[in-house]
Amino acid sequence: MLDGTSKPLLKVNNLKMHFPIYRGILKKQVGAVKAVDGISFDIMQGETLGLVGESGCGKSTAGRCVLRLYEVTDGNIELDGEDIADLTGPQLRAKRPEMQMIFQDPQASLNPRMTVGSIISEPLYEHRKMTKPERRARVDELMDAVGLARRFADRYPHEFSGGQRQRIGIARALALNPKFIVCDEPIAALDVSIQAQVVNLLEDLQEKLGLTYLFISHDLSMVRHLADRVAVMYLGKLVELGDSETLYTAPQHPYTQALLSAVPHPDPAKAGNIDRVILQGDVPSPANPPKGCNFCTRCPVATEICHKDEPEWRQIGEGHFAACHLIK
Amino acid sequence: MLNYTIRRLFFTIPTLLFISFVIFLILDMAPNDPTGNLPMTIPPEVRENIRKSLGLDAPMYVRYLLWCNQFFINEPLNLLYEWFDWCIGDCENRTRVRSWSTRSPVVDLIVERMPQTLWVVGMSYVVGILIALPIGVISAYKQYSWFDQIGTFISMIGFSVPTFFTGVLLIVIFSVWIDQDSWFWLPSIYDTTLVVDSWGNFWLQVRQMIMPVMVLALYNAAQLSRFMRASMLDNLSQDYVRTARAKGLKEKTVLLVHVLRNSMIPVVTVIALSVPQVFGGAIITEQIFRVNGLGQLLIIGIQGADIPLVQTLTFIFAVLIVLFNLVADILYGLLDPRIRYD
Repeated sequence: MLDGTSKPLLKVNNLKMHFPIYRGILKKQVGAVKAVDGISFDIMQGETLGLVGESGCGKSTAGRCVLRLYEVTDGNIELDGEDIADLTGPQLRAKRPEMQMIFQDPQASLNPRMTVGSIISEPLYEHRKMTKPERRARVDELMDAVGLARRFADRYPHEFSGGQRQRIGIARALALNPKFIVCDEPIAALDVSIQAQVVNLLEDLQEKLGLTYLFISHDLSMVRHLADRVAVMYLGKLVELGDSETLYTAPQHPYTQALLSAVPHPDPAKAGNIDRVILQGDVPSPANPPKGCNFCTRCPVATEICHKDEPEWRQIGEGHFAACHLIK
Repeated sequence: MLNYTIRRLFFTIPTLLFISFVIFLILDMAPNDPTGNLPMTIPPEVRENIRKSLGLDAPMYVRYLLWCNQFFINEPLNLLYEWFDWCIGDCENRTRVRSWSTRSPVVDLIVERMPQTLWVVGMSYVVGILIALPIGVISAYKQYSWFDQIGTFISMIGFSVPTFFTGVLLIVIFSVWIDQDSWFWLPSIYDTTLVVDSWGNFWLQVRQMIMPVMVLALYNAAQLSRFMRASMLDNLSQDYVRTARAKGLKEKTVLLVHVLRNSMIPVVTVIALSVPQVFGGAIITEQIFRVNGLGQLLIIGIQGADIPLVQTLTFIFAVLIVLFNLVADILYGLLDPRIRYD
């Protein structure tokens, strides 16, 4: 999928998304939830970047920021050489066909009062000058591509199963031939047998259409299967980024190690030998992150410096980045 | 849907019969006397004879069955005779439900009063809806903005100040304080005899409708705009709205096609459920502005213990309420594809 010569399609630099907190009668701003607090990464053309982390760490917010579904607080998002972080209104809408999103909840993300056909064809109506039969033909084509029968086009979303609804969501995202798709936990709401189908469908489509994915998930084994490179996020910041193989076999950051040790092993005989790193306590509030390293409150190996200085995001191997004082 | 409608209509028959009986019982037990308004000099035996002539000496169930016969059989047959000239049975001497105080058939009285009520109260609903929907939509879209805050304040006022206060207040301002020659002066009495046959009379008609319509419209709009706002807020935070934005739709399309269409489902139901109130008239507002509509007819009937009039009018309101409940249910099914009745 990934060849060494490809150039980055998406460059994210120091992306920040702070949600203001208002208190009191006069609605004075008293602080901000730092959902995403300065993350940087690149995604190559045709690559899948996995973004993992526990719930509430800012993965989904990061994905939505990249697609400009939020007004970002700071940072650059370069899609295909153009900075989209500050675009608004019509300019931003014009970029929408190039980037799309597959949402987590396939039920809630489809308008209950629209038929599947009109859900899929609506972006065509908005962005392409297509006649009615052309739109109809494109809808049929897309429904074939995601494995839905064409005759379902006149039905409503609630008449489908979860897996089928996610296929509708995928067909909708593909309608305008996007280059880049953010998959925001697309399989989290599906049961395991359907998860495999949807993941295979995503892989097939990537191969056929040359898509680039940002795959957000908390399912580490699925990310290992799907992603070329993986970024690990904790409390609004990236803690480690590297290609899948290196990251899964030799994780460097203590948080990545803890996350990976939590993945159950398929062989019960071997499972007993694994050293589980069990994290104590809860994730601190993103409105009030700890001083120093964000992870220092729960890190099993934290030292004095970790409570004082913020670790720098630096290269620790070929294409391998991490933010930790203790990695040499 | 058709089967469902037919089944529901079938079930309304026992419901309505039961309601008519309950209304009859309540009126029978009420401590009022149709001869109570007559002069004190009339001796008790004469009063007794008057009661007898009204049929009040018969037992309650006989009176109820007689009313049923008059209302459910004779009145529809009479309508057929008057509208289509179809004569079934004795057309000339049929006993109809007659008002005790005016001696004219109740149905004729209702037909006489209906236009004023429909114009004034109906128009106030239309105006109320037209005011409420945009206010609700904008308040929700710009939640906590100054527009929303002012809208909330005004609807709280409209909601909590009764119409007998706003009505009288408007009369004081527009009919008393403002000079009669002024352009802004409005008549405080609704003139039913006005015939709209020229632009001048049309203008007079509009002017005499403004105050009663606005008093009621403010009250209705206050409720409806809160409802619209809540429904919009509910939908604005839904995931499919984010999907619509991600599709790259114009903000107007997102708001009006996706959010508004979904938000209208409960609002349309509420509007449909309040239609019977249009027919019921606005008793207080009609009284203040002297609109001789159905509400005023009812209040006169109650004051004079005109039992056939009150019974018939109340029963017709009950029929409308039951029917529009059905209409609301059917509309809900038509608007929301997730709801199917069959």
